[in-house]
Amino acid sequence: MTTKTPILAASIAAALTLAAGAAQADDMAQERCYGVSLAGQNDCAAGPGTSCAGTSTIDYQGNAWTLVPAGTCATMELPADGMGHARMGVTAEMLDEGGYGPGINRDLPPTLDAEIAATYQPAMMMDEDMSHSG
Amino acid sequence: MSDPDFRLPARPGVGFKPEHYREALTAPLGFYEVHAENYMGAGGAPHAMLERLHADHAISVHGVGLSIGGAGPLDPEHLKRLKILLDRHQPESFSEHLAWSSHGAAWLNDLLPLPYTDQSLATICAHIDEVQTTLGRRLLLENPATYVTFAESTWAEVDFLREITRRTGCGLLLDVNNVFVSATNHRKDARAYLAEFPLSAVGEIHLAGHESEDLPDGPLLIDSHSRPVADPVWALFADLITRTGPLPTLIEWDNDVPGFDVLLAEAARAETLLEGVRHAA
Amino acid sequence: MQPDQALMEARMQAALWHPETPEGLGQAEGLDRRFAVYRNNVQHGLTRALAARFPVIERLVGAEFFTAVARLFAAAHPPASPVLSDWGEGFPSFLRAFPPAAGLPYLPEVAQLEWLRGIAFHAADAPMADPAALGAVDPARLVLRLAPAVQAFASDHPAVSIWRMNQQGAPRSAPPKGPEFALIARDAGFALLTEPLAKDQHAILTALLQGQSFAQAAQTDPTPLLALLLRHRLIAQIEEQP
Repeated sequence: MTTKTPILAASIAAALTLAAGAAQADDMAQERCYGVSLAGQNDCAAGPGTSCAGTSTIDYQGNAWTLVPAGTCATMELPADGMGHARMGVTAEMLDEGGYGPGINRDLPPTLDAEIAATYQPAMMMDEDMSHSG
Repeated sequence: MSDPDFRLPARPGVGFKPEHYREALTAPLGFYEVHAENYMGAGGAPHAMLERLHADHAISVHGVGLSIGGAGPLDPEHLKRLKILLDRHQPESFSEHLAWSSHGAAWLNDLLPLPYTDQSLATICAHIDEVQTTLGRRLLLENPATYVTFAESTWAEVDFLREITRRTGCGLLLDVNNVFVSATNHRKDARAYLAEFPLSAVGEIHLAGHESEDLPDGPLLIDSHSRPVADPVWALFADLITRTGPLPTLIEWDNDVPGFDVLLAEAARAETLLEGVRHAA
Repeated sequence: MQPDQALMEARMQAALWHPETPEGLGQAEGLDRRFAVYRNNVQHGLTRALAARFPVIERLVGAEFFTAVARLFAAAHPPASPVLSDWGEGFPSFLRAFPPAAGLPYLPEVAQLEWLRGIAFHAADAPMADPAALGAVDPARLVLRLAPAVQAFASDHPAVSIWRMNQQGAPRSAPPKGPEFALIARDAGFALLTEPLAKDQHAILTALLQGQSFAQAAQTDPTPLLALLLRHRLIAQIEEQP
């Protein structure tokens, strides 16, 4: 350890010099960002009405879970290094395997509350269930 | 209401949003209101902002998480975090809701309605006693916006609230938009509700915007806090303060939050009405 | 027997995740739609809270997919506390096991990065140590206590680059190959920092966070990491081991 000491001392001196120049620039940026989206997740308002945003229709029925990611991931194709390729479709087999097929309950951990476990059943997640025509 | 636990000025305030921080620092408002649960982290920007705001404005801490109207016991952990927050920032007012939001282990993230019965009355009064004792201060309890009623309810909401204040000594936060939303949804008269309301216990007023949908027998109003305060709600407010005199009045806007100038314009409208009754008094 | 109020709560709670309106409500026109307001509030509120915590995940997969997966997550792992900023720790591993997202292997890692940013945002404040003290301490006995907001992040995929490209106005290009590392923290002005690190610097940071001494942690030249920590004032205490 002691043979390393001079190297560490040099590193400390170098880091202090490097940081001194940059710190002044940071001072000017004080209070520049308050992480708005992270700052206020709780509120006391109702969401939008029963028939508008937030309830786009999604069919969770078994292998009809055909929804594929459709955001900027479409342009985030990784280089061909075997690290995966975005935007593949999902097969019924994959869903079954992951516990999202018709027998969806079976892969739930045994400690899950029965009521919450029941929510895994795809039918109740359908949005038409949430906006009856009344 | 003149009370050491309720020290908000009888002027307009707005719900504070972090994106409005810079403008909020110097705005000519009586107070800002924040949701308690957004300030329960250990440190960082939320607490720093709140401290800076508090230097020049009164602060109202408005809880959405106690589930004070729930049937089960209060969450001691949450009550502890609330006490830490209030001890740290010493706000001029603390308020919560006549509602429940957790059952068993799960937090449901909504202000859910409760039946008004002798049993639920006893439970909520015990909860309020516990909260007020733990926090060492009185709270304001807010009337809810509701979309359903309960077959088993035996108390009218105003009577239920009056009895809670009588038993616990708590004050009330009168949300005029909630009065209008609930009355419309249940095909009742908002003016009749306000005529019965125990006004001497009111320590703060809330105003907010709502959305409207159609049911076969009339509108279904939704307490969305996403729009300007509706004209009928302004009319109820104007009428109300002629009876109470000026009160701390909050503009709430939580969804589709507009620029700060829009909130200031709503607050200015409230100030004009408050000014009117201030001179009349 | 269960008291009436608790029974009514249990019925309502169940109905928040089921299509049937609970029994025991007062008669009214359009009762299903009335109760659906609560169901919508719960699901929409939780979905938006998760989107606020994981904004880049929402950008990556699109709003529709995000809403779908957020509802499944909320149903399986509802918040245990009313403080929503504490909720979502299990979302990265939920994504990892979610077959429809299997084509995006970097997704759980980007989610983990976002979770750590939230931790940094809410972490305790700490006074800043005087950097001058560094020069006065024997480097062999130096111990650095970092600010509570400082986190070490590692990913097998270019999660840091992907996260950066999905910030407002960031230029888009093909992400680099291979694993990436970062220091996550917040600076004195409360800005959140996501600073890319070389693999060896990440190893030093991890060792420092585990409480190892500076000499133990510095298996390679620690200058880049130390400069970063000093520049952003992330060293809370400078101590000398006895």
